[in-house]
Amino acid sequence: MADAQQQQRWAQKEYAALAAQFHPRPPIWPNVCRAFLVGGGISLLGQGLITLFQALGLDITGAMTRTSLALLAVGALLTGLGVYDEVGRFGGAGAAIPITGFANSIVAPAMEYRTEGLVFGLSARLFSIAGPVITFGILGAVVAAALRWAIVGP
Amino acid sequence: MSTATVQAPPVVAAPRRLGHQTVHWDCAPAVIASASIGGPMEGAGPLGAYFDTILEDNRYGERCFEQAESKILRDAVRSAAGQAGWQLAEIDALLAGDLLNQIVSSNYAVANTPLPLLGLFSACATIAEGLIVGSSLLEAGVAARVVAAASSHHEAAERQYRYPVEFGAQRPATAQWTATAAGAIALGVPDPAATAASQTSGAATGVPRLPRLTYATIGKVVDMGIKDPYDMGTAEVPAAWDTATVHFQETGRDPAYYDLIVTGDLARIGSEIFREGMRRRGLDVSSRHVDCGVLLYRAEQDVHAGGSGAGCAASVLAGYLLKEMRAGRFRRMLFIGTGSLHNPIALQQGQNIPTIAHAVAMEA
Repeated sequence: MADAQQQQRWAQKEYAALAAQFHPRPPIWPNVCRAFLVGGGISLLGQGLITLFQALGLDITGAMTRTSLALLAVGALLTGLGVYDEVGRFGGAGAAIPITGFANSIVAPAMEYRTEGLVFGLSARLFSIAGPVITFGILGAVVAAALRWAIVGP
Repeated sequence: MSTATVQAPPVVAAPRRLGHQTVHWDCAPAVIASASIGGPMEGAGPLGAYFDTILEDNRYGERCFEQAESKILRDAVRSAAGQAGWQLAEIDALLAGDLLNQIVSSNYAVANTPLPLLGLFSACATIAEGLIVGSSLLEAGVAARVVAAASSHHEAAERQYRYPVEFGAQRPATAQWTATAAGAIALGVPDPAATAASQTSGAATGVPRLPRLTYATIGKVVDMGIKDPYDMGTAEVPAAWDTATVHFQETGRDPAYYDLIVTGDLARIGSEIFREGMRRRGLDVSSRHVDCGVLLYRAEQDVHAGGSGAGCAASVLAGYLLKEMRAGRFRRMLFIGTGSLHNPIALQQGQNIPTIAHAVAMEA
């Protein structure tokens, strides 16, 4: 039996090697450029909003908070209009990592699970994609705060 | 538990079994009629003209995509039965399956209809499984009219297997696009006179040919270590190799016997690996191989490697392939349905994708 398992593993390895010859290499440089354009574009919009809010008389903290909220609204709106998945398809991580991507990851399941009801559908599955981001975000904050406390004291 | 005390009775031989996996049918079960339905994207593809119905939108007037899938399956079955001239109450068995949990699309499709249902699951190979079970029911004389059918729905499948559709994830080049489509095939044993007429006449008199199902090779489940649900074509190739090779061995045929060797659905990258592997086995199929996932969409439709889903193979077979066979464009076809049999939970638990391929030989 052990021999048969070993043989199966060899066969699987051999097959993976053959299949790899037929798999196109992902277009890394074009993807990087698109991610830069999309991610950079979203960041530029954010910077523009910060400058605008400051010009309207807000301090930097107030301007940044409102910018985050505005970008969340843009991401949510574009998801609802069925546009953000196209942006993501084009921009990859450039669309996923900015805060607009976070909005997309929450609004997309909200739309998807609406048919199963507001409570056990939409609400229960709202964070099905963003859940790990939130979990590790909170965990990261706790660890960082603990480290700070250990190094510089309370 | 002791087993030594009970002597199990010996069983009788199966006279229509060839070798370990292949069967043949003597009663000449034939495709009496077939119908296919496609979504808007499938309708815009190269096979658009072969669909009996093309949806205007993927919801098809229903409140959710899952119910839309049931409706297209139901409509495909009605259409095939109608073209065969059968009342629904005359159908002895519907052999149907789909991709959703507990094959609910099929279950809801026939709720409160007179159709006796045998639900099947072989993922994208479901229609091939349906043809094998259906022809065997005809051969056994326990059914006179059977319909084999399968469906899939892009949005309904995506959310079960992958992500919500509006989530902006980038898909790799190996990804396949689950088709919104259904195919239904009405099977029966035609009157011998009708068979003779269709064989001698062909295009000259306008009597369509009757594609007969002659042999089938039932697939084994194959796991070659692929885990990526965005690479199902690659996962399914070893199952297709295995079934095709066994088919040629046990029937004594070689690939040149067939005008067309169809897989459904390995898509572009899987098809290349399939051909290369068959060539290495000394069974070159390159000149006569096509794949349903490649046929269904145009390259510029942004479906990456091609189509997939139980409805992809079913609608391409019930639409394009069988219509062309009835018109006499090709006479001998080996249809190999290939399916990935995983579910997302098994993959998250670290399992590989188990795959299967069922082959059916059709001749007209």
